[in-house]
Amino acid sequence: MARYVFLMYDAEDWYDTADAQSVADEMRLHEEFMEAVKAAGATVLGGEALERSSTASTVRKGSGEPLVTDGPFADTKEALGGFYVLDAPDLDVALRLATLCPAGNVEVRPIMDLPE
Amino acid sequence: MMPVETVYRDTVFREAVFREAWPLVVASTARLTRDLDLAEDCVQDAVERALRARPDNLAAWLTTTAHRIALDRLRREATLRRKLPLLVVPEDPDPGPGPTDPLRLVFTCCHPALARASQVALTLRLVCGVEVRTVADVLLTGEAGVARRITRAKRKIAAARIPYRVPPDDELAGRLDVVLTVVHLLHTAGHVGPGTGLTDADLTARASGLARMLVRLLPTEPEPRALLGLILLTEARGPARTDAAGEAVLLADQDRTQWDRDLIREGLQLVTAALRAGPQGRFALQGAVAGLHAVAPSWAETDWAQVVTTYDALLRTWPSPVVALNRAAARSRLPGADLRAILHEVDTLDLGDYRYLPATRADLLTRLGRTAEAAAAYEDALALTTNPVERALLLRRRSEIDPRVVRS
Repeated sequence: MARYVFLMYDAEDWYDTADAQSVADEMRLHEEFMEAVKAAGATVLGGEALERSSTASTVRKGSGEPLVTDGPFADTKEALGGFYVLDAPDLDVALRLATLCPAGNVEVRPIMDLPE
Repeated sequence: MMPVETVYRDTVFREAVFREAWPLVVASTARLTRDLDLAEDCVQDAVERALRARPDNLAAWLTTTAHRIALDRLRREATLRRKLPLLVVPEDPDPGPGPTDPLRLVFTCCHPALARASQVALTLRLVCGVEVRTVADVLLTGEAGVARRITRAKRKIAAARIPYRVPPDDELAGRLDVVLTVVHLLHTAGHVGPGTGLTDADLTARASGLARMLVRLLPTEPEPRALLGLILLTEARGPARTDAAGEAVLLADQDRTQWDRDLIREGLQLVTAALRAGPQGRFALQGAVAGLHAVAPSWAETDWAQVVTTYDALLRTWPSPVVALNRAAARSRLPGADLRAILHEVDTLDLGDYRYLPATRADLLTRLGRTAEAAAAYEDALALTTNPVERALLLRRRSEIDPRVVRS
């Protein structure tokens, strides 16, 4: 088994229009995703939804004093909106699960195995 | 300096290694070492030893020797290697080294999570045993860049746990399509070759060798058969594709008596088998077009209506602007074709810097008598073409239209 993090990127205008019903629908999609993970012989080790990127602060460390700036590290059209940490048998299983993950774009990154 | 006979014998021997044994030995050694880098090194060492030992049963001898070298190195470097991520080798009903091992290797090299250029580079290096500097020629880039690309790709395979296996049945069709695309790309690269390092004939031979291997190892799949057929039908025109001065001759002007009839016969059989096998894939349909050209007595007597129908089917299976361009060019050959409408259709295709787009426009414009625009289109095509043989052809075509409008 190997651990992967699924980084979920989406346009953020969803937050502006979402009503109670669409939030409930979204929650159901995530529950279905977690069922699919189990069915594939993988495990959800963790995961969180993030507040929108306009709430982010970035601490930039150059040569001088660390500088605090308002906003995310990379200001892109599609922002990091949440993540899962999964244990899966291999990349093929992880990529198949990523297609079921409720987000417009999912970056699948293997987690580095550090020696004990 | 080595006597010429020794160099010759070594070269012939190496060629035999790469044609027959290399993918088999790399693939089974990788299963043992669970490390593609180490497997490649050990097989390279084994090949050097084989050059001195000249064993009879080459594949078996190389496998045993490479495995022995690998076990020795694994023992010596045990502590160093414990930190490295290992190749994921899933459980298999048939665990021993076997004839399907090269399939695992080729499916791993052509995994969809790797960039196309990395798939091509890995396939050439690991499956075909092509030297890195030659891979660089094929990819039209520098040797250092290709070496880095291969190293990065191998590291991703291990770190991201790309499984070392033949995909299960429900994923096979999609994954096979990637493999066949890479093999077809190698063939095309050889066909319009960069003309350096690996000769074009070598590269196309590697592509047909890979296609033959896929046909042998996946006998029930129609698309590898179709791809091999397509490659052979294209190869059959080989001698007619250039004239005595080495200049390119278009299909329309080729001396068809020079075509290789044996290759055509084999190609037609393969394509026919693939077309009959069920839902027609894109290589079966491309093979069908190549077959229609192969059986036509001349350019004028080509069954253009059938060519267009086949492109219609291909466009449904594989909706791509390149197919639409080829279909438009075929339609322009039908009696009474509305060239103006076809040109308009070609101009709406989203093909970016595809160099055959301006070349096709130039041809249509010439036939419409719009010579100034045709000359400009040839200029556009020339700006996108680096291959010297293709450039010479474009320059000749440009000079054939009204010379008054041709800029020097």
